[in-house]
Amino acid sequence: MSRKVTITIDDRQLTVPEGEKLLWAALDNGLYIPHLCGFRESERPAAGCRLCFVEVEGHPNPVTACTEPAVEGMVVMTRSPRVDRLVRTAFELIISNHRLDCANCAKNGDCELQRIAKARKLKLKLTRLRQLVKETPVDDSPQSFSYDASRCVLCGRCVWVDHNKAKVGAIGFIRRGISRKVSTFGEVCLTDSRCTQCGECVKVCPVGALTFKEAADK
Amino acid sequence: MSDSALVVEQNYEQLKNLALQKHGEIKEKPYVLVGTATCGRAAGALGVLDTFRNEIDNRQLDVNIIEVGCMGHCYAEPMVIIYKPGFPPLCYGSVDEGKAARLVTDFLIEDDPCFEFAMAALEPNDLFPTFGDYPRGVYEQKVILADCGLIDPENIDDYLACGGYGALAKALAMKPEEVIAEIKDAQLRGRGGAGFPTGIKWETCHDTPGPLKYVICNADEGDPGAFMDRALLESNPHQVLEGLVISACAVGASQGYLYVRAEYPLAITRLHTALEQARAKGLLGESILGSSFSFDIEIFKGSGAFVCGEETALIASIEGHAGIPTHRPPFPAVSGLRGKPTLIDNVKTLSYIPHIVQKGADWFKSIGTPNSPGTAVFALAGKVVGTGLVEVPMGTTLRTLIYDVGDGIKDGKTFKAVQIGGPSGGCLPESALDISIDFDSLREAGAMMGSGGIVVLNEDDCMVEVARFFLEFVQNESCGKCTFCRLGTKQMLDILTDITKGHGRPGDIELLLDLAEDIKTGSLCGLGKTAPNPVLTTINFFRHEYEAHINEGRCPALMCKDLITFHISAEKCSKLCDACVGSCPVEAVYTRPDMLKAIHLDKCVKCDNCLTTCRTLYDAVIKKSPPAAEEGVS
Repeated sequence: MSRKVTITIDDRQLTVPEGEKLLWAALDNGLYIPHLCGFRESERPAAGCRLCFVEVEGHPNPVTACTEPAVEGMVVMTRSPRVDRLVRTAFELIISNHRLDCANCAKNGDCELQRIAKARKLKLKLTRLRQLVKETPVDDSPQSFSYDASRCVLCGRCVWVDHNKAKVGAIGFIRRGISRKVSTFGEVCLTDSRCTQCGECVKVCPVGALTFKEAADK
Repeated sequence: MSDSALVVEQNYEQLKNLALQKHGEIKEKPYVLVGTATCGRAAGALGVLDTFRNEIDNRQLDVNIIEVGCMGHCYAEPMVIIYKPGFPPLCYGSVDEGKAARLVTDFLIEDDPCFEFAMAALEPNDLFPTFGDYPRGVYEQKVILADCGLIDPENIDDYLACGGYGALAKALAMKPEEVIAEIKDAQLRGRGGAGFPTGIKWETCHDTPGPLKYVICNADEGDPGAFMDRALLESNPHQVLEGLVISACAVGASQGYLYVRAEYPLAITRLHTALEQARAKGLLGESILGSSFSFDIEIFKGSGAFVCGEETALIASIEGHAGIPTHRPPFPAVSGLRGKPTLIDNVKTLSYIPHIVQKGADWFKSIGTPNSPGTAVFALAGKVVGTGLVEVPMGTTLRTLIYDVGDGIKDGKTFKAVQIGGPSGGCLPESALDISIDFDSLREAGAMMGSGGIVVLNEDDCMVEVARFFLEFVQNESCGKCTFCRLGTKQMLDILTDITKGHGRPGDIELLLDLAEDIKTGSLCGLGKTAPNPVLTTINFFRHEYEAHINEGRCPALMCKDLITFHISAEKCSKLCDACVGSCPVEAVYTRPDMLKAIHLDKCVKCDNCLTTCRTLYDAVIKKSPPAAEEGVS
């Protein structure tokens, strides 16, 4: 199981466990690939955010690094015109439905979206697409944290830890298409749900959707 | 021949002989077949059925009345077939209660076959032409639709008497590898839309080790305007079941599922009946036909989400999760339902299986084109005369399909485009009509075989609006999991909606093209990967219509409500007629002092009523685009 294979990412030779997904292989070796939904502990990659595209030699199209297992001799490039274009569009689509207003966000400076923008020189501003954000009330019923659905990027990390780590089952995805969102059963506020306020979900939120209140006060 | 193969054959022969005997008894007497599939019912077939029953009961005639499925001639529903010894079986179209009563008195009691109501005879004769004498019959070649509408879907003996389940008996005597080799050799490609070679999928599933495997029949037909699978399930359910049992036998599965959408209640009822009858005959369940192979099928009702036609979403749905696709690989044939190797095939694909096993790969390859052998089943809909379900050899041109099989465009209008392949397909113009219908040619043209929906569009259809309609459909049906499909199609839909409302901006076309390309490459599943096709093909072939909307605020097809106004031409209007005034629901049409009529634009809701009313009278109501000012009002 722990057989090692040698792969090349961006001209760097790396020795990684066979079958390790490229995303983790790269991140463990200090090579950044944008990602939101990728979650190492999760058994099956969600592959929903569509940000971690890389080029793999022999593949006709860019592939998502979170789903692609490392194979001996694989040659990977984290950047190419095609990859950059896909990442740019995916990023713009995500921020078209994410309430930006970074200055007033508790995650300002520690936000995965800001990190991606910086790494890939993308603007945190909509230029070609339309603003799709709907104003939704912030659920600040829990003592120590609050949930702002208009900043949620639907990566599903919170849902995963809620189900698999905290094993509470307070939140999940509801509805579909453009109406898909993370919510409690019956869309009640968190304190009226079975939420135990353990805060596990807040720790994994890559953006400013789930934030600790003390962070906001800073 | 081994002992077990002999037992299978003996058991099968016994079933078949019994069926033939019963079948023969039925066919000795006069009989009436009434097409009561969903399409027939929508046109009033149940009323026709009641009339036949009452009339025949009242007159105490010795006539069998049998409910059958759909013969594919939607334009002529409800359809009835009457057989009386001494006459060829005759098919009657557009039957209503009145005609039904006449047929009983004139044909079944007297000897007048009412040729004035007849469409065609089913057997060659000296009295009346057969379907084969019409262009539709000339170009059609029915394989999986051959028995639809002719056999009783609720009576397994009808299917057995036509040689049904013979392929299963044959397959049970073969090695699984031999069955798979036959399917591979036949080059059967999945009829669900993508056209993946079925044999390779079977082989992968067969070669994946595991004590438990599943087979699933994907009957989650969801394309707007497509009804092929429904008709097959309602008209000949045993054909699908036989295909599914053979597939299970070939890959070594012990449990099968029929994933049927709950919106097909009649199909589900008929499938339940079919399953019970197959079990009673030993064609399903423990040791099928006395062989060592055991297999059973369960019906799973899908809740009608379009995305559940995608195989990973379908599996999630059966497992009790939300119907949301997951990344492939692993492919279901390796790790599918509950992590077990799972074979998923479309209704039509499975329907071909008994025929291929029975008649061989060479027979199948003799039909169609080298890379897409066999036939293609289409649901022909839209502005075409002969709507319905048709089956033509692959390689037939779109022109033949529309003008010969479909008998051309309705109401003498001009053909504009054909939308093929549903929301994943594209719109092809006049210049593409000579493209041959097969998986590869259509993909090259930017459309897609899809599952077989064909919508014919004429001069009155705005291509931007058509693209918007299909995009709205996929946007509503997107599961919302991946960024490109959830947000990308929404962005595209918003742009298209703006264009149809006259708010298009320069650069919109380029932005649509850019987004479309990225959504195609970047989406997680087939729904997103093909969602931009209607937009891409309409921009490719009808760019001038987009430009007219954006640059001139004009809808060339006079369809987009925000870009047209209604007027009455003073030259054509008659002082003596006020039909349009009465037809207007909002009192926008008024009588001028000179007694001619005119329309208050600020009141007009553009409902089309006045235009429709006046068309046959004076044809004085006209639409103008870009919107024009009211005459006489400054």
